[in-house]
Amino acid sequence: MSLIELKNVAAFYGPSQALFDVSLSVGEGEVLALMGRNGMGKTTTVKVMCRMLKNSDGAVQFGGQDIGALPSYKAARLGIGLVPEGRRCFANLSVHENLIAAARKGAWDFEAVCRLFPRLEERRDQSAASLSGGEQQMLAIGRALMTNPKLLILDEATEGLAPVIRQEIWEAVAKLKAETGMAIIAIDKSLKELGQVADCAVILEKGRTVWAGAFGDLGPEETDRYLGV
Amino acid sequence: MTRETWINVASLAVLLGVPLWALMADEPFIITLATRAAIFALAGVGLNLALGTGGLVSLGHAAFFGIGGYAMGILASHAQSYAPIMEAPFLIEGTKSMPVIWLVAMVTSALAALAIGVLSLRTSGVYFIMITLAFGQMVYYFAISWPAYGGEDGLSIYVRNGFPGLNTLVPIQFFGLCFVILCLVLLLMNAIHKSAFGLALSAARQNETRVLSVGLKPYHLRLVAFVISGAVTGLAGALFADLNRFVSPTMLSWQMSGEIIIFIIIGGVGRLFGPVIGAMIFILLEHTLGGLSEFWHVYLGALLLGIVLFAKGGLIGAFAGREKAHD
Repeated sequence: MSLIELKNVAAFYGPSQALFDVSLSVGEGEVLALMGRNGMGKTTTVKVMCRMLKNSDGAVQFGGQDIGALPSYKAARLGIGLVPEGRRCFANLSVHENLIAAARKGAWDFEAVCRLFPRLEERRDQSAASLSGGEQQMLAIGRALMTNPKLLILDEATEGLAPVIRQEIWEAVAKLKAETGMAIIAIDKSLKELGQVADCAVILEKGRTVWAGAFGDLGPEETDRYLGV
Repeated sequence: MTRETWINVASLAVLLGVPLWALMADEPFIITLATRAAIFALAGVGLNLALGTGGLVSLGHAAFFGIGGYAMGILASHAQSYAPIMEAPFLIEGTKSMPVIWLVAMVTSALAALAIGVLSLRTSGVYFIMITLAFGQMVYYFAISWPAYGGEDGLSIYVRNGFPGLNTLVPIQFFGLCFVILCLVLLLMNAIHKSAFGLALSAARQNETRVLSVGLKPYHLRLVAFVISGAVTGLAGALFADLNRFVSPTMLSWQMSGEIIIFIIIGGVGRLFGPVIGAMIFILLEHTLGGLSEFWHVYLGALLLGIVLFAKGGLIGAFAGREKAHD
């Protein structure tokens, strides 16, 4: 059964149509790689899932429930955890405060997040603004986990980070998949790293779903044609 | 202890020490000034939750200050005239009991804050400032045109209200009461600031969209903060009216709202003890410079200008540096 499902979704930014007939679905415990070149509609699709952008057409269902009419905070309460592009931690708050501010009851608490990212325990009382890019990314993932989501959306979670830190984050994502069975949608440009965790993939081009299937079925023809890799 | 904690402790020590010295020096007027400072600090601490933590620049907080004052004035005036406030459908009589008056002042201010907040918080920025100002002025003009309680002339209370075990007419005892309330509210605000609610409120000030994405609605957070803020400011208003044994529409004027904001800016916006230091300095300037010139506000303006230009964290920020996370 699908945890989240987009059916023929269309969305606009003012008069400009950004998504045309986008469909995808992610089952429980499944990891979906949402791919496409820059400006193809990946973040817009995420915004529609999180209800930060209303779809003008089509349907968005989460856990079998139509969430088309829900505001974004209610969608988040249903269990959609977003790690936004560009990290965006609360700069004036400490690491601990960033996590506590977002906390909701469930298995994920401060200790659990620190077990996944031990660096955050070391930086517990440090302000988020003073963290390195990688640590901020870990904090952003931790903050999303503190909401105890059923679905975690990672929008360019490793963009601009050093290879060592990228690897650390992908290992954490793999651990999440293996140990918690959490559904994950990952947006990233690195096919190799996505391949470590993704079960299936959807490729967007000019706001349309142009390819969908098992990640292993993604061949050189598709990657060359749609991703330029 | 951080430098800011030292400053906070020192400010409380000064606020407590000055009236104790005045008691020994037989200077009751100084005790009254310290009481004014404590009450203004309390009003500022209330507003600081909305303004400092929540980023809500309210120009209507004098409404809550005045509502608290009028709650005291109405209850006490009926108690001294032995006339009930209302007889039907049920009997409500006046009272001279401070705890009851404080409770009524806080509840009425909180309800007013809820009504004003529900509408005002749908706006932001300059519109929020203007709508809170408009509500404040509505309450101000209502008080002016309310002859039953003195209208423009205000309402005098002959004897200060009572608190069990204390003679509130003795200045140092009334100061002690106000000081203890201030300390309790500071403890409460510290707990709120460090709670998940306070952190989320602060986070909502920084970025509303991010807060929405973790399942929190900034509007709800701000409304709760605005109501708590209004209730505390209302409590300060009740104490201020009791200090003066007089309540008038002046307590509701927009200048009063401006003064409460000034206390916060002088001490440091968002700093727990910012309004305490700001109120103390305001009273000090009012007392010292006010005696030299009726244009003492010019000096206050210069101080404010200096702080806004060169010390954005207020005086606490200037001496203690930027606010530390988890301080």
